[in-house]
Amino acid sequence: MYEGAIQDLIDELGRLPGVGPKSAQRIAFHVLSADPADVKRLAAALQRVKELVRFCTTCFNVAESEQCRICRDPRRTGDVLCVVEEPKDVVAIERTGEFRGRYHVLGGAINPLEGIGPDNLRIRELMARLADGTVKELILATDPNTEGEATATYLALLVKPMGIAVTRLASGLPVGGDLEYADEITLGRAFEGRRAV
Amino acid sequence: MTGFRTKLYRDDAVVLRCQKLGESDRIITLFTRRHGRVRAVAKGVRRTTSKFGARLEPFGHVDVQIVEGRTLHVIGQVEGIDLFGKRFIEDYPRYTAASAIAETAERLTPVEEEPALRLYLLTLGALRALAGGEHAGTLVLDSYLLRAMGYAGWAPALSACAVCGTDGRHRAFSVPAGGCVCPDCRPPGAAHPAPATLDLMAALAEGDWRVADASDHSARREASGLVAAHLQWHLERALRSLPLVDRS
Ligand SMILES: [Zn+2]
Ligand SMILES: [Zn+2]
Repeated sequence: MYEGAIQDLIDELGRLPGVGPKSAQRIAFHVLSADPADVKRLAAALQRVKELVRFCTTCFNVAESEQCRICRDPRRTGDVLCVVEEPKDVVAIERTGEFRGRYHVLGGAINPLEGIGPDNLRIRELMARLADGTVKELILATDPNTEGEATATYLALLVKPMGIAVTRLASGLPVGGDLEYADEITLGRAFEGRRAV
Repeated sequence: MTGFRTKLYRDDAVVLRCQKLGESDRIITLFTRRHGRVRAVAKGVRRTTSKFGARLEPFGHVDVQIVEGRTLHVIGQVEGIDLFGKRFIEDYPRYTAASAIAETAERLTPVEEEPALRLYLLTLGALRALAGGEHAGTLVLDSYLLRAMGYAGWAPALSACAVCGTDGRHRAFSVPAGGCVCPDCRPPGAAHPAPATLDLMAALAEGDWRVADASDHSARREASGLVAAHLQWHLERALRSLPLVDRS
């Protein structure tokens, strides 16, 4: 245990995901010895992210205004919608440069063991977006693991009766991994080779 | 050097739960045959290049090597024996039933690394039956729950009065009393399920699939409700997965 401010910082850092007590201590002492201007920038960035960033009211991606950059972009086609679990998956797919449609971010995957059912995700909002008939194809790009696949199965059952083509990323994405770790080439190929479900 | 020797064991196990840890790891909760419930870290499992591939996905039956650590164990090697999860992802109701089986197994093994062979075999058998698709998923789940409660020592009484022990298929059912109750012992507020419902519950508890498979929808629904109520009554915290089981 250290005194006062340094221990407070170690405690706060230790509450972050993936940061153990040893890492928290290492980061805290790094901050202590860092240039004051760098530390100020970090503190300001932490504050700004909470003040400025919110969720797009259309697709639930992170946004700095009512709508995110992608929903505001008139060059993006509205007839293909890609469903992902998290905003970081939007980033991963954007990196491939393969996709010109829009997104819908669910906020996770159906995982009964964690108490997450369909009502805890933005599925109702997705159905509302699909109701006006603009979307012709729905790409299910949930993670290639059990929860992601089961979520895709659930959504396909819900959406197919609406007469919308439902596709899933091509196999070739290794099962068990997170979408965000797929490299651009693999993910790009999975997009090109998507199959109807 | 003895203090630094790593202990290592191999066992077969069912994957009950996977939780993200840090950047690319997961904590895997395993129900092992000889070591009971064990939590161990699978390093790098979320990377698409992981050597573990799909073998540590939920509900799989695997052969696993565990390296004992001071705080958390680490998974060394894994071989898939039967990766049931693959068959549940195409069938959403079965996926939700498998989740409820896994959560129940976890909750009925409160102490880590305490062997529970009978419950292990029951859990493995239930997942195998669920994957086999021979019986309705909700029947497999309710049969599992009834038998698992039996192992825990609080199965609902179905063939004798829960209070006085008088033999027979009594018509009233009371969760607080412990199951079926005779007219003399019946507490206020006891339910009066259809006889077919109690027949179904008895069949599920005994594994009489001929009777269970022939049951109708309303008996299944009512039995599921009583089984769930009985289970929740005996667990300190409610199961999270049970209300999410798709019984359509
Ligand atoms: Zn948006
Ligand atoms: Zn009695």
